[in-house]
Amino acid sequence: MVVLEKKPLRNLRNLLNNYYIRKILYSIVTLFGISILIFIIARVLPGDPARLALGPRAPEDVVEQYRRLLRLNEPIYVQYFYWLVDVFHGRFGLSLVTFRDVLTDILEFLPATVELIIFTLIIDIIGAFGLGVLSGRRPNSLIDNFVRVFAYVGIAIPSFVWAIILQLVLANWLDLLPAYGRLSLGVEVPRITGLVTVDSLISGNLVAFIDALTHLIIPSLSLAIGCIAQEARILRASLIENVNKDYILNMYAHGIPGSIIFFKYALKPSMIPTVTIMTLDMASMLGNAFLVELIFNWPGLSRYGITAMLRKDLNAIVGVVLVIGLAYTIASIIIDLVVSYLDPRVKYRR
Amino acid sequence: MLLKIDNLYVNYRSYWYTLKVLNGVWLKVERGERVGIIGESGSGKTTLLKTILRILPQNGIISKGEIIYEGRNILKLSDGELAKIRRREIGMIFQDPMAALNPVFKIRDQLYDILKYRMMAEGRNPSSKELYEESLKLFNDVRLPDPDRVLESYPFQLSGGMRQRVMIAMALASAGKLLLADEPTTNLDVTIQDQILKLIHRLVIEKNLSTILVSHALGMVYHMTDKVYVLYAGDIMEEAGTKELFNKPKHPYTQLLIASTPRLSSIGVGEGIKGKLPDYRNPPAGCRFSPRCPYVMDKCINTKPGRIQLNNEHVVSCHLYD
Ligand SMILES: Nc1ncnc2c1ncn2[C@@H]1O[C@H](COP(=O)(O)OP(=O)(O)O)[C@@H](O)[C@H]1O
Ligand code: SF4
Ligand SMILES: [Mg+2]
Repeated sequence: MVVLEKKPLRNLRNLLNNYYIRKILYSIVTLFGISILIFIIARVLPGDPARLALGPRAPEDVVEQYRRLLRLNEPIYVQYFYWLVDVFHGRFGLSLVTFRDVLTDILEFLPATVELIIFTLIIDIIGAFGLGVLSGRRPNSLIDNFVRVFAYVGIAIPSFVWAIILQLVLANWLDLLPAYGRLSLGVEVPRITGLVTVDSLISGNLVAFIDALTHLIIPSLSLAIGCIAQEARILRASLIENVNKDYILNMYAHGIPGSIIFFKYALKPSMIPTVTIMTLDMASMLGNAFLVELIFNWPGLSRYGITAMLRKDLNAIVGVVLVIGLAYTIASIIIDLVVSYLDPRVKYRR
Repeated sequence: MLLKIDNLYVNYRSYWYTLKVLNGVWLKVERGERVGIIGESGSGKTTLLKTILRILPQNGIISKGEIIYEGRNILKLSDGELAKIRRREIGMIFQDPMAALNPVFKIRDQLYDILKYRMMAEGRNPSSKELYEESLKLFNDVRLPDPDRVLESYPFQLSGGMRQRVMIAMALASAGKLLLADEPTTNLDVTIQDQILKLIHRLVIEKNLSTILVSHALGMVYHMTDKVYVLYAGDIMEEAGTKELFNKPKHPYTQLLIASTPRLSSIGVGEGIKGKLPDYRNPPAGCRFSPRCPYVMDKCINTKPGRIQLNNEHVVSCHLYD
C-alpha cells in the first residue's frame, strides 16, 4: 500500500529531474517574468497611448472613453490581471494601431519573419561548417587565409550594412536578384502556412517558389554573414586545437586514414563550441532581423514591432517581445538537444 | 636489430621561437628486447616515442636523423608503408588514457575502427561480429571485466584503471612486434599501479613483444627491462644493461637520479636534484646537464660530450670519461 501511494510522487520527481522538462518550466517562468517587466515598462514610459492612437485632434472625452476601454486608469496590477485573463482565453489584448487583437496581428506578420530566419539559419549552417572545415583542414593555406580575412570583415561589419551593400551590388548594380519584398509584382501565392516558399510548393507553383527563393537570398545572406564569420572562426580554431590532442594522435598511431580521423574524430568534438556559440548568434540574429526587414521592405514582425514602439501600442509591444522570447526559448532547446547529442558528457553533468 | 634510432633531432616550432628538444638521440632495440627510458618530466621521453610513430603534433618538426625499423627508415616511408606498420606492428600506450581516448565517442567506435584497419592490413574485411569477437579477446587479454558495458561506454564513464586497460587493449591491437609504453602508471591511483604493471609485464612476456618502457618508476624499470637509456633534456646521457646501470651508474645525472630516489619503487624521478631543466629555446651549447652538474668543467660548457663506450653494454656521454 505504502509503495502504491508513493508512486505518483516519485513519477513527478522523475519528471522534474528530466532536464528538458525543467528547462521548459524555467522558460515558462522566464516568459512570465518578461511579460510583467515589459508590461510595466511599456506603461511607465512617457506618452499617452490613447492620445497617440486617436491623434491630437480627437476630442478629450473620446480619448477618455478609450482610456477606460483599455483600463488605463486602473492600477498596473489590475491591468496585468485582466491581460492574463485575456491570455488564458487566447487573446493578447487590443492593438491601439490596428484595432485588432494582437495575436491576430502577430499571426499575420510572423510567418514572413520565420521564413527569413529559417532560410538564414540554413545559409548560416552550410556557410559556417563549410568555411570552418575548409580552413581548419589546411591551416595557413590560401583558402584558410581567405576565410580568416572574411571572418574579420564579416564580424566587423554589422548586418544592416551588409544588407545595404548586398542590395546595392547584387540587386541595383548587377541586377542579379530582386531588391525588395517577398514576391515579384504579379506573382500570387495562396496563404496556407504563410511561408511563401512552402505555400508555393503546396500549390504546385514552381515559378512562385523560385521567385520567393530569389527574394530570400539577399536578406538572409546579410543576416547570416556575421554569424557565419563568427562560427567558422570558432570551428577552425577548435579543429586546429583538436587535431593535436592525444586522442587524435592515438588514431594516427593506429594507421587510421587521415580523412576518417578528421571528419569523424576531430570534427565532432570541434562542433561543440561552434554549436554553443550559435545560441548567442541566434539572439543577435533575431534582433538584426528587425533592421534587415525594414531595409528590404519585408512584411514581417519587425515593422509591426517598430510601429508598436513608436505609437506606444502597449499590448502589441508585450506581444512582440513575448514572441521573440518564445522563439529564443525554442531555439535554445533545439541547440541543447544538438549539443547533448554531440557531447555525451553534458547529459551526466545535468 | 628491430629498431635503431640515430642522431635524431626534434624541434617544436611556434610563431615566436623554436624549442630544440631532442638533440641527437640514439637508441637500439633488439628483437624481443625490453628497453627502458628514464629521465625527469620534460626531458623529451614522450616526444621520442611519438617521433617513432611519426605522430608528433603539427608543430613538432623532425629536423635530422634516422629511425631504422626492420631495415627501413620510418622517416622516409610512404604513407601506405607507414600505415601498415602503425596498424599491425607497433602499438603505443599513451601517457594519459583520459587524454588519449576521444571523449565524445564510445569505446566501441574507437576500438572497432582500430581493429578494422588492422584486420584490413592483414587482408581481411571484418564483419561487425568479427570485430566484436576480436574486442572480447583483447579485453580478456587485459582482464577487463564486463566487456559489453565497456564497449558501450564513453571514456568518462569508466574508472581510471579501466580506461588504462582499454588503452592497453588498443595498443595491443596494433603491437604485433613492438610496444611503446609511455609512463603507463603515472596517471593512475597508487592502488592500481601495481596491477597495471604486472599486466603489462605479463602481456609483454606472453606475446613476446619488444618493448620500450618509459617510466618515472625506477623500480618498475628495474624489474621489467633488459637495458636502460637515461634521457635528460633531449640528450641520451647513458645507456647500459639494467643491472649494470642501477648498480654502477657512471653519468653524474644518473647517479643523482638514482640517489634521489630512495626506494626504487618511488615516483618523482629527478625532483631531488637541484636546479631545473634548461630552456629549450636556448639550451646550453655543450653538455645540457652542465648548469646542474656538480662536476662541471670548462670544456663541458661549450663542447657536447661524445658517446664513450665503457664496456660492451655500457655507453656514457660525459667529459669525465674522455
Ligand atoms: N606540442 C608541443 N609544443 C611545444 N612544446 C612541446 C610540445 N610537446 C612537448 N613540448 C615540450 O617539449 C619538452 C619535452 O616534452 P615531453 O616529450 O612531453 O617530455 P616528457 O615526456 O619527458 O615529460 C617539454 O619542455 C614540453 O613542454
Ligand atoms: S659532461 Fe661535464 S657537465 Fe656534463 S655531466 Fe659530464 S661532467 Fe657534468
Ligand atoms: Mg611524457
